[in-house]
Amino acid sequence: MDEVGILSFGAYAPRKRLSRTAIYEANKWFASGLKGLAKGERAIGDWDEDSITMAVEAGRDALRGFDRSAIGSLSLASTTLPFADRLNSGIVKEALNLPDAVAASDAAGSQRAGLASLVQALQAAPQKSAPHLCLAADMRRTRVASELELLCGDAAAGVLVGRGKVVARVLGSFSITTDFLDHYRSARMEFDYGYEPRWVRDEGYLGIGGRTLSEGLVAMGVKAASINRLIVAIAVRGVAEALAKKAGIAAEAVADTLQLKIGEAGAAHPLLMLVAALEAAKPGDKILVLAFGQGAELLLLEVTDAIGSLPARNGVVGSLNGGFSDKNYMRWLAHRKLLDLETGMRAELDQKQPSTTLWRHRKGVLGLVGGRCTKTGTVQFPKSDISVNPNERALGTQEEYPLAEIPARIVSFTADSLTYSLAPPCYYGMIDFQGGGRMTAEFADIFDGETVEVGDAMRMVFRIKAVDEARGLPKYFWKAAPAR
Amino acid sequence: MARGIKDKVAILGMGCSRFGERWDMDADNLMVEAFDEAMADAGLDVTQIDAAWLGVGFDAQNIGPSGLPLSIALRLPNIGVTKVENYCASGTESFRGAVYAVASGAADIALAMGVEKLKDTGYGGLPVRSRGTTYDMLGVTGSAPGNFAQIASAYGAAYGIDKGDLKRAMAHVSVKSHANGAKNPKAHLRKPVDMDTVLNAPMIAEPLGLFDCCGVSDGAACAIVTTPDIARGLGKRDLVTVKALQIAASNGYELQYAGGWNGSSFLPTRIAAKRAYAEAGVDRPRQQISLTEVHDCFSITELVTMEDLSLSDNGQAWRDILNGDFDADGRTPCQIDGGLKCFGHPIGASGLRMLYENYLQLLGRAGPRQRSTPPSLALSHNLGGMPSQNVSSIAIVGLSNA
Repeated sequence: MDEVGILSFGAYAPRKRLSRTAIYEANKWFASGLKGLAKGERAIGDWDEDSITMAVEAGRDALRGFDRSAIGSLSLASTTLPFADRLNSGIVKEALNLPDAVAASDAAGSQRAGLASLVQALQAAPQKSAPHLCLAADMRRTRVASELELLCGDAAAGVLVGRGKVVARVLGSFSITTDFLDHYRSARMEFDYGYEPRWVRDEGYLGIGGRTLSEGLVAMGVKAASINRLIVAIAVRGVAEALAKKAGIAAEAVADTLQLKIGEAGAAHPLLMLVAALEAAKPGDKILVLAFGQGAELLLLEVTDAIGSLPARNGVVGSLNGGFSDKNYMRWLAHRKLLDLETGMRAELDQKQPSTTLWRHRKGVLGLVGGRCTKTGTVQFPKSDISVNPNERALGTQEEYPLAEIPARIVSFTADSLTYSLAPPCYYGMIDFQGGGRMTAEFADIFDGETVEVGDAMRMVFRIKAVDEARGLPKYFWKAAPAR
Repeated sequence: MARGIKDKVAILGMGCSRFGERWDMDADNLMVEAFDEAMADAGLDVTQIDAAWLGVGFDAQNIGPSGLPLSIALRLPNIGVTKVENYCASGTESFRGAVYAVASGAADIALAMGVEKLKDTGYGGLPVRSRGTTYDMLGVTGSAPGNFAQIASAYGAAYGIDKGDLKRAMAHVSVKSHANGAKNPKAHLRKPVDMDTVLNAPMIAEPLGLFDCCGVSDGAACAIVTTPDIARGLGKRDLVTVKALQIAASNGYELQYAGGWNGSSFLPTRIAAKRAYAEAGVDRPRQQISLTEVHDCFSITELVTMEDLSLSDNGQAWRDILNGDFDADGRTPCQIDGGLKCFGHPIGASGLRMLYENYLQLLGRAGPRQRSTPPSLALSHNLGGMPSQNVSSIAIVGLSNA
C-alpha cells in the first residue's frame, strides 16, 4: 500500500554519559539545592561534536536501506545551530552525499522546532515526489551549576517522510502559538534565561500544554482513551503524568522521557522520544507527540503493519546500549569552552580554511567520497587524476566512490600525547576499507583506558576536525571510530 | 644509460658546528661556524667556490626563503646558490646538488650547506605547520613521534613480535646511541642512559617513550666537493669519494593502496638502498659496509631501517639489535657519533652531519669514536616525511681505492 507518512527513522546520542552526581558534587558548594536533579547520566558530545555532526549520524541511521539519490529534501531543526548564516542542513546534505538537486532548510528559534518541522514535512508530503529527511539536533549550552545543565542531554533524531511503505501514518496535528516567555536566548546572549519554574509548570507546561492537548484532541476528533503512547518532551518530573491525567490519557501510555540515560535534547527531544516509541510500537498503536515552546505542537500518528519490516538501526536502543560512563565533569566543561584551558603553543597553528579549496574538494572533505578506477576497480581516497594502482596508473579513469558507509580495519596506529588534542592521547592511524581504499585518519570515541589493535574493525563518523578559532570556523571531516 | 656517480666526486673538506640549544647563535652564525671548519679542512679561499647549495627543512621558522641567506652570511662571490628542501632529507639533497654539479663539469668546486635553527619556536619538537591546503583538510595533523610510532604497531603485528621484546629492542637502540654520543664533543646530548630509564620513560606516542624520540637542535654542517683530480692537484692524498648517491620518493602507494604496504618498513629506503648498493658495487652489504649513519629520528625508524638496508633479515632486526650487532663494537656500527638522537637533529644539517662522521671515520680522524677496524665504505641514510609518504636518500662514501 502506497501512502504518505513516516518511511523510516533514526537517532544518535553521543557515547559519553556524564554522571549527574559528578556534576552535582562539583557544584554543591554553591548550588546544594540541585540535589534532586542529580540522578542518572546525561549524554555529552565529545569535543569534536556539535548539532551538525550529531544530525549527520541520525540522518545516516534514518537512511539505512534507502537510496540516497532518491531523497528530495531535508531540514535541520535546532536551537544550537553552529551557523546563523551558512546553511547548516547544507553541510549535512554534503556529509550524507545527497544529490545537489535537493531542497534544504534550517529550522530554529524554539524548543518545538523539531516537531514543528516534522508536522510541516508530513503536511507537505502529499505534494512532494521524493522523500524528505527531517532532522533535529541540539547541544544546549548551559551555565555551570544551573538546573538546565543537569536536565539537558546532547542528541539528534531523524525521520524520513514521504510516499511509500509507511511505518506510521498521520491522523492529525494541531498547533497553538503564544509568546510565553518561560525562557529565552536572544542573539545578544550566550546562555538561556529562564523564569520561575513553578510558574512555567503551572501556566506553561500544564496550562498551555494542557490546553493544546484538550483542544487538539477535539480538533483531531480523537478520544483520549485511544492513545497508546503519549510523548511529552518535557524533562520536569511529573509534568507528563499530570498532562495525561488531565486529558484522560492512560497513565501507562506516558512515555519515558529518557532523562536518566540521555537527558532532554532540546529541539531534538520530541523526535528522539518518537523514535524510541516507534522502536517499541505495535501495528495499530496511536502515538501522540507534544512539544512545548511558545505554545505547543501536537502530532498524532498511527503505526502500520510495516513497522517490523525496517532494517536494523542504531536508534535510541542502540544509543542507550553504547554508552560510556564518564565522571570527568571538568573535561566536559573544557570541551564546551566553559573553562579556559591552557592549550599550549602547539595549539597556535593557524587553521585558516580557504573557501576555494573546500569548494574544490567538498565531496571528499564533507562526503568522504573517493575515487574508483573504472579500468582496474582500484578504490582510493582522495580521488585523483592518476590512479594509485601500481600496475595501471591510468589517467582520468576514476568515478566517484562514497566511502563513509564502508567498514574499515586498522593497518597501523598510535596514541599520540604530543600533538595538540582536546582528547589526549590522540589516536590515529592507517585504515583499509573493505573492497579497497586506504587512508590515514584520526580515530574518535576512544575513551579513558580503552585501546585498539591492528586489525580492529572501524566505522567512519562525521566530526569536527579542527576549529579555526581566529575566524570562528569549525572545519568538518571524517574520523574512524571502533565499530562496536 | 646513466653510469653512476662512483668515484667521480671527492670530498675536499667538511665542517660541522656543535649541535644543541645554541641560544646565542642565529642560523647565519651556525653556517659560518661550519663553513670556517670546512674551508680550513679543504685549504681553500672562498673565491674558489663555483656554486653552492643550501638545505633547510623549516625555513619559515628560522632562516627565511631562498638561497640568499647563505650567500649573504658567507659573503659568497656572487655565485649561484640553490635552496633545496625535502623535509628531513634536505641535507643529503643539498649534497646531491653540489655533487652532481661537480660530476657534470658545471662546477669545479661546490659547497653543500645544511642548517636549522629550531630553538626559536618556543617549544620542543618539530614546529607544527601546514602541509599544504589540501593535506590540511584531509590529512592528520599529528606529531612526528605519532607519525613514526605507527610503524611499531604494524611491525609487531606483521611479525608477531611480543610488545615487550619490541620495546626492549627499541630501548637498546637509544641506550647504544647515548653511549656513543657521550664520546662526541659536538653532540647535543652527551649523557649515557640505561635500559630501565628508557623503558620507564613517559610515553610520547605509543609505544615511543621520551628516549625513543630524538629532540630538535640548532646546528649546521657543510661539505666542499670537487673532482678527484682537482683534489689531488690541491695536495690531498687520502681521498674520500662518493661511491653512491641515490634518492627514492613515495608515490602514494603506501598511503593510498589498500592491501599493499603493511606499514612495517620504508619502501623508498629499500628502493634507494638497492640502487645505491648497485651503484657502489656492493653485493654483500653486511660484510662490505663498515659503518652506517641512519635516520634515527625515532628508535623504531632505526630498527626497521636495518631491514630496509638489508643489514638484517625481515622481522629479525629486533633480535640483531638486542644481540649488539649495531653497537659501536658490533658487526655494523650504527650511529657511532650518537646519531640524530644524541648528536642532534637540526633538520637541514642532519644529512651532512652523517656524511661528516663517515668522512672523519674513513680518514681515521674520529678520535675516541674511531671504529677499531679501519672502515672502507660508510653509508648514510637520510629520510624525510613519514612512513606512509617519504623521501629516502642514501649516500655511500669510501676511500678512493675502496
